Amino acid sequence: MKIYHVSKERKRKRGSRLRKAIGRTVIFVILIFFAVLFLTPIVLTICNSFMAQSEISSNYGVIFSNATTSGGKTYISETVNLKFLPDMVSFHQYITVLFKSPEYLLKFWNSVILVVPIVIFQLAVALLASYGFARYRGKIREIIFFLYIILMLMPYQVTLVPNYLVSNWLHILDTYWAIWLPGIFSPFAVYLLTKYMRRIPVSLIEAAKIDGAGEWQIFRKICYPLCKGCMCSVAILIFIDYWNMVEQPLILLSNAEKHPLSVFLSKINEGEVGLAFAVATIYMIPSLLVFFYGEEYLVEGIAYQGGVKG
Amino acid sequence: MGRRKPEGFGDQMKQFREKISREQKKQMRVLRRQYRKNRPLKEKIGSVLYLAPSLLGVLLFFVLPFFVVIYYSVVDNPITHNFVFLDNFSKVLNNAAFRVAARNTGMFSLIAVPAAVILSLLLAMMLECRIPFKSQLRSFFLSPLMVPIASIVLIWQVLFHDNGVVNEIVQGMGGQGVDWLKSSQAQIVIVILFLWKNLGYNMILFMAALSNIPSDIIEVARLESANAWKIFIHIKIRYLSSTILFVTIMSLINSFKVFREIYLLTGKYPFDSIYMLQHFMNNTFLSLDYQKLSAAAILMSIVMVVIIGILFIVENHFGKDVEG
Repeated sequence: MKIYHVSKERKRKRGSRLRKAIGRTVIFVILIFFAVLFLTPIVLTICNSFMAQSEISSNYGVIFSNATTSGGKTYISETVNLKFLPDMVSFHQYITVLFKSPEYLLKFWNSVILVVPIVIFQLAVALLASYGFARYRGKIREIIFFLYIILMLMPYQVTLVPNYLVSNWLHILDTYWAIWLPGIFSPFAVYLLTKYMRRIPVSLIEAAKIDGAGEWQIFRKICYPLCKGCMCSVAILIFIDYWNMVEQPLILLSNAEKHPLSVFLSKINEGEVGLAFAVATIYMIPSLLVFFYGEEYLVEGIAYQGGVKG
Repeated sequence: MGRRKPEGFGDQMKQFREKISREQKKQMRVLRRQYRKNRPLKEKIGSVLYLAPSLLGVLLFFVLPFFVVIYYSVVDNPITHNFVFLDNFSKVLNNAAFRVAARNTGMFSLIAVPAAVILSLLLAMMLECRIPFKSQLRSFFLSPLMVPIASIVLIWQVLFHDNGVVNEIVQGMGGQGVDWLKSSQAQIVIVILFLWKNLGYNMILFMAALSNIPSDIIEVARLESANAWKIFIHIKIRYLSSTILFVTIMSLINSFKVFREIYLLTGKYPFDSIYMLQHFMNNTFLSLDYQKLSAAAILMSIVMVVIIGILFIVENHFGKDVEG
């Protein structure tokens, strides 16, 4: 009786283990499938950037149809060929983008000029402010902090109107300042860094105080080094956001010369689709590099955003 | 979902905790008051100095102009300053373009936000299982977040064009192709793009929250022979409630940002079904109609505040008895 019982138990256990293994395999397959689906657009863009213009127009001619390269001499296939591997790897597009037509590089440089100061100064301003929020607490500060959260949650449609009015008033419309200044003072980094700093144990700060450290020293020698990791995360998040910006330049910079590459890319005319792939790839590179080197920070930063109550 | 009252031991624990925290809170309050009174002036000034740069900037660029926006929204034009109260609002609300834009944006959010929350939760739960290549898979799902939309729109056009790849597949299977971006199906394309871009971000948030659920509670539940579904409904959802709120809010905000994708895909004048609020705002910016602009911005901010407020109240109601 007993033996029978055990064996039955074991059988059930083995059955459940098998079932679990099958379940896990199914999940794994599903995940792989979706992962491939997620990666496809990125990989396709990169692969296509290595195709020669003629290959591009023969593959996608139907879509970008008014791309009549040299009077319709080129062969255009009836259907679209989505190819991962180019027939012949060609760096021609890159050479054109990098050396022959400077406008693309100029726009790329515009992007850099717009984004880098915002990342650096938003971090600097936010670091100070978050120390102010985290170190001293009071009713007024809580209210102000809540205001920051609300501001952070407001969509562009709302915040761009005040930004436009101020830029107009300060006569900085159509200059980079119109994008830099609202970017630098955007409350996002303050929110994240404050939440992080509030987790620094008070005892640490108290100990420093007893040892005779002034406010600045506490900030400089204790809070700042502890926040370095978080600052990396915040920097990455700010970078992604502004590297991808479209709304602000469209409204605040009426001069198309000053637009960043993100806006300009959509305006590349149909004849230059091959170039567009190369430019798109070049535009991706900085953010992909940031991703490869800072993925852990990115994940940490996002996770920190999560605990709303923090 | 009915809330069960904690019984027995749990109840005692809760009372005990409340008692302590109440006493402690009182003590803390007294101490804090004393401290604030005796705080040296230098420290007071110092604390303000840290906040000053950010606060000034935020006041100058966001808060003060917002009052100007409110002012503009109730006068007839910026030169004569005649007070017209709600006229501008009713004008905006009666504007056909605004209505279309608001309806499209609302529709989009209604589809995209729940989809983003549920799918990313599913992804996060799947990645929780013991499977190989976990961190690689996570990176793959996260990578769209890093890629600028501008770089990817070309591929999207290739996929969803009238003669594009998707249509080819559909026709290959005997279906009827549609011109995705120029029909009422355009929203679907945008939703897919939105999900592609945002799922990874939400997934990370959920993964962080899932790993914070105390494992002993789940173990106990398993010993008491609760199945996976019950564990999910009664334990995990409870612990995830604040994260679900946060993900919902973030997805909502991102869904308002979807103009970016639409603009890059279809240019200034998209098909009617994807004419979003930001398009309306852009066009109004071009005509420099401050009143309309201000009224629309205020309407939107009110809607945002109301939605976020409701979400917070809901979360407070369901997630109260779990310490997040």
